[in-house]
Amino acid sequence: MEKLKQVIKTARKRLLEMHFNSGVGHIGGNLSALDILMVLFHTVLEAKDTFILSKGHAAGALYITLWSIGRLKDEDLLQFHKDDTKLSGHLAPDFLPEIPFATGSLGHGLSLAAGIALGKALQKQPGRVFCLLSDGELQEGSTWEALIFIAHRVLAPLTLFIDVNGLQGFGKTQEITGLQLTVEKFREFGLAAEEIDGHDVNAIAAACKRSNSGTKIYLAHTCKGYGISFMENKMEWHYLSMTEEQYRQALKELESA
Amino acid sequence: MRNILCQTLVENASDPKLVFLTGDLGFMALEPLRDALGERFINAGLAEQNMVSVAAGLAGTGLRPWVYSIAPFVYARPYEHIRNDICLHHLPVMLVGNGGGYAYGSMGATHHALEDYGALLCLQNMKVYVPAFATDVPIIVCQLMRQSGPGYLRLGRCELPKGVELPEYAAWRRLLRGKGPTMVAAGPLAGAILSVTATLPQEQQPDLWVVTELPLSAESIPEGLLSSLRSSQRLIVVEEHVSNGGVGQMLCYCLALMGRMPTVFSHRCAVGYVSARYGSQKFHRKECGLDADSILKELCQ
Repeated sequence: MEKLKQVIKTARKRLLEMHFNSGVGHIGGNLSALDILMVLFHTVLEAKDTFILSKGHAAGALYITLWSIGRLKDEDLLQFHKDDTKLSGHLAPDFLPEIPFATGSLGHGLSLAAGIALGKALQKQPGRVFCLLSDGELQEGSTWEALIFIAHRVLAPLTLFIDVNGLQGFGKTQEITGLQLTVEKFREFGLAAEEIDGHDVNAIAAACKRSNSGTKIYLAHTCKGYGISFMENKMEWHYLSMTEEQYRQALKELESA
Repeated sequence: MRNILCQTLVENASDPKLVFLTGDLGFMALEPLRDALGERFINAGLAEQNMVSVAAGLAGTGLRPWVYSIAPFVYARPYEHIRNDICLHHLPVMLVGNGGGYAYGSMGATHHALEDYGALLCLQNMKVYVPAFATDVPIIVCQLMRQSGPGYLRLGRCELPKGVELPEYAAWRRLLRGKGPTMVAAGPLAGAILSVTATLPQEQQPDLWVVTELPLSAESIPEGLLSSLRSSQRLIVVEEHVSNGGVGQMLCYCLALMGRMPTVFSHRCAVGYVSARYGSQKFHRKECGLDADSILKELCQ
């Protein structure tokens, strides 16, 4: 895991570089999701497994993760957010097998993951399904439709991580709806739920080890803008792009971490 | 038409790729399909957004899902899920909307489907089928079972008059060879029109066509229809769908591109709720000028 932590550190710097080069925002929710994505793609996912990024605005973190396993190249990352690209700000269709569905509108990914899990079960196909959601996405009614469906159906192994960074586009998640995201809520649906530290790679890996049967939900507590002092827990980094000075400072902080 | 859909799918139930999802509808109709498909028949409950995206996920694993509900709950409620999860990915998910147009009549406006195919045909890769007669349904269902991308099947009630022999199924069929205006109908209205025009004198009888597969393209318009328009110079399109995105607009667009627009065009279509009163399908058709009397009046002008 020590080696993976070093790889994640490099990935985090590369994520900043890609966003800075393309002059785009959404960096906060990418930094909060990166550790989960990196653990999944480096230590958990096998060819027969499927991963759905329901919080499609963390596309940057997924591209960097795919870069870190050699599925994307440096020249691909240069195309992020540019014209004539497959690396759009939210995931595009028909790109890589690792990206089975285009996402970006919230409240779709969990139903897609449920459909894939059900399809695998009906056809006795091997493999597990993993899905990463945002906490704001729990405001979408369709997410709850999916949870009801998942709880009721016998599905292939399905593991959900909810990136609980507590901030969304225009305020704090709990101030906007007051919805308390607790494990009890999910357990009342008959689903197994636990809380983990979404930046603790050992905890994420341990959670994934329990992914071989049934549905598991992990409320992964994370920090929006994780690792960069002036971004951490700041809502504005949902949207802002970095100035050159901010980028240099962010890199310096990551180097010394 | 729903029973024929059910029967045709039951006949194909041994296809291991076939999965059927319903939004808790089908009582006294879909039980044979439920029994034939077993675990591949899924009552997804009252959660149409989830149902559509689950279907997309199922299709992603190689299955061929059908998604069934009353028409507006299939195309309107989960529209974005159809757009993003099915159409953007060109997945073979077949949506079935029961009760096209005003078919749900006095059940009320929430259950009507006046803009279904227009709305759906705005989406990438979508193909729409509007069967006009009961005998169209099994042919279309078999076509949909082989289709590579998304489809929408709009079901209604067959209105074919007794004793009429239909030409073999095709996307375009000529039902009458009258010397009156060229008339194009979509869906079961074609049967209703046949029953009131078949006995008209030939001069007033329309050259009646029915179209069942959408969208239209210039290439898809049969030469016979073009030559009919050339001589009649008068086109009447009749459909139980709003003007925007309907067959009338699509057909005129194609004809304009081809430089083949006739001199006179009229469009009989759903216009919503004229009196803000509600009733049977017959009541709403009359309010919109889609009833036999209104159509006859126009033909006899």
